[in-house]
Amino acid sequence: MMAQALEKPDALALRLDGAGLPEGGAWITEARKAALTRLEAMGLPGRRDEYWRFTRPDSLNAADPAPAAMLPQDDEAPVFHAIDRLKIVFVDGVFDPAQSDPLDMAGIEIERLADAARTDIHWARDVYGVLEARGQTPVARPFGALNTAYASDGVMIRVTGKAARPVSLIYRHENATSDAVLHHVVKLEAGADLTLLEDGPAAARFNNVLEVEVADGAAFHHVRAQGRDHERQAVTHIFTRLGTESVFKSFTLTVNGRLTRNECVIEMLGDDAVAHVAGAAMGDGDFHHDDTVFVTHDAQRCESRQVFKKVLRNGAVGVFQGKILVKPDAQKTDGYQKSQSLLLDEDSTFLAKPELEIYADDVVCSHGSTSGAIDETALFYLRSRGMPEHIATDLLVLAFLADTIEEIEDEAIADDITGRLDAWLKRRRG
Amino acid sequence: MLKINNLHVKLEEEDKQILKGVDLEVPAGAVHAIMGPNGSGKSTLSYVLSGKDGYVVTEGSATLEGQDLLDLEPDERAAAGLFLAFQYPVEIPGVGNMTFLRTALNSQRKARGEEELSATDFLKMIREKAKALKIDAEMLKRPVNVGFSGGEKKRNEILQMAMLEPRMCILDETDSGLDVDAMKLVSEGVNALRDKGRAFLVITHYQRLLDHIKPDVVHIMADGRIVKSGGPELALEVEHNGYAGILAEMA
Repeated sequence: MMAQALEKPDALALRLDGAGLPEGGAWITEARKAALTRLEAMGLPGRRDEYWRFTRPDSLNAADPAPAAMLPQDDEAPVFHAIDRLKIVFVDGVFDPAQSDPLDMAGIEIERLADAARTDIHWARDVYGVLEARGQTPVARPFGALNTAYASDGVMIRVTGKAARPVSLIYRHENATSDAVLHHVVKLEAGADLTLLEDGPAAARFNNVLEVEVADGAAFHHVRAQGRDHERQAVTHIFTRLGTESVFKSFTLTVNGRLTRNECVIEMLGDDAVAHVAGAAMGDGDFHHDDTVFVTHDAQRCESRQVFKKVLRNGAVGVFQGKILVKPDAQKTDGYQKSQSLLLDEDSTFLAKPELEIYADDVVCSHGSTSGAIDETALFYLRSRGMPEHIATDLLVLAFLADTIEEIEDEAIADDITGRLDAWLKRRRG
Repeated sequence: MLKINNLHVKLEEEDKQILKGVDLEVPAGAVHAIMGPNGSGKSTLSYVLSGKDGYVVTEGSATLEGQDLLDLEPDERAAAGLFLAFQYPVEIPGVGNMTFLRTALNSQRKARGEEELSATDFLKMIREKAKALKIDAEMLKRPVNVGFSGGEKKRNEILQMAMLEPRMCILDETDSGLDVDAMKLVSEGVNALRDKGRAFLVITHYQRLLDHIKPDVVHIMADGRIVKSGGPELALEVEHNGYAGILAEMA
């Protein structure tokens, strides 16, 4: 243990490479300094860390990102293109006002982090780095702290009513060696309602944090598409805190990418809240995808769902680490966790670590984790109706992923995601 | 239409011979029935013809209008005009019935070098055919066979047959699990498809299905061979004397 403790600060020093914290007003400087202190205390992750046993953090720990080729431009319409939304564009991690819509919508305030950071005091100080810090126990999330300390861009969104249309964060990648760190804060006041969309390759290496405060009776819907970029190296965190009778629903589609680690940390603090987090991942070859989820029930009669499915082939690796922690007073908790993989050949790997830790006595909590090959009986049935093997297989792949997509409430957005998956499967076939 | 010559088939996993020299010819426009006791090889014959894994043809041939079936993949056999109505239609959660049918139909058309059917034309076609089989829009929207009753599953098989318009239809114990009304509905669906360019092979244990779908020829299968063929009266004989009686009579 001692040796490890001594080793870590060196690795961190290399990673940070003497970079100073970004300039800013009093509130954010304080938050950044506190995050840096947290980061220094925990150090960068190593293979001996319980939550990094299945995923090598090396490329995330490296001082500089490995260069990543940009996804070639083609005739494919962008994700969510037909959805009426307010677009906010970041290019290699920097806000681009020219490509973005005016940050203006009824019932909602949107501000760039860089602008909010210049003020001495800001509403975001109750959330920025606060939810991330709460999410550091009992499991350390060093890249979350690193993000809070060093992020210089992102958006601060405060929602007071029902947002008329979704806010769409679009991440463009134009520089082969960019190292993007974005930090977004969403604060939904009581009864407010917002859908947030995210898509795009972002950068050669991407560290994204989303902190979401959902007040009593508010609803937050999140749909994210991590698209076809093969060389993606991304670590993302969602930290959220839920009030009474609030709703939090998040869905992520992940296709391709060398390393994608999506962490979601949910704290249910108000009674009768609902939290669903779902993910559909499709990996082929050099693909490592990790979903790490931690749901804490600390109120009564809350419902949580984790639904994660991965389709893996040609040596692709999928990881799921999901935990439900039920605190002593969280009676009538209804917690459920499902992680499944469809292994299309014998070279692919799925590693699942479901955990339940329950201290209340009147709860319903369960988990199911499976790994399987394609159903031969179903495959024959489809082929006997005239579908060639690859088309029948694709149809079964879509069917396998279908119940994750059902977690998306908005039908048009769900259709967009299904259409995208379908198109990407077709493209793979050429 | 369908010609089977001295077909010998064994299981892939164990050295067990199931078909021991089946000879059968079903001409276009005809309805043939195969009856036989459990384990006689009736279902195996239907699976081998449609290309299911797990069987090895050790001898003999099967052709569809001169085309060697046994060399083709299951989907190629379908595109060539072969259709098997399953004894146990498979449930496929997550795949909508409409998507399933449209993908199947267009795959076949593509394989035959025909133009794919547009969404509008497909809708029109399926509405018309579903109506005749009393399949409502709700059933079409549901995932393939999921939550369907026995009768609904079999009606769904016949709907697929009506949509795909095969030349050679094999019905594997389509009457199993059907009540009288459902059997009537399914039979009407089949009879509506009878055509001089299309042939049927109806596999069944019982004569009662053949009251509704009237065969031209009835074959009795036992121990992997066709042991007796005759007119529709052969089915009545089975009904009265049982298979044991017929087989004893032959011995």
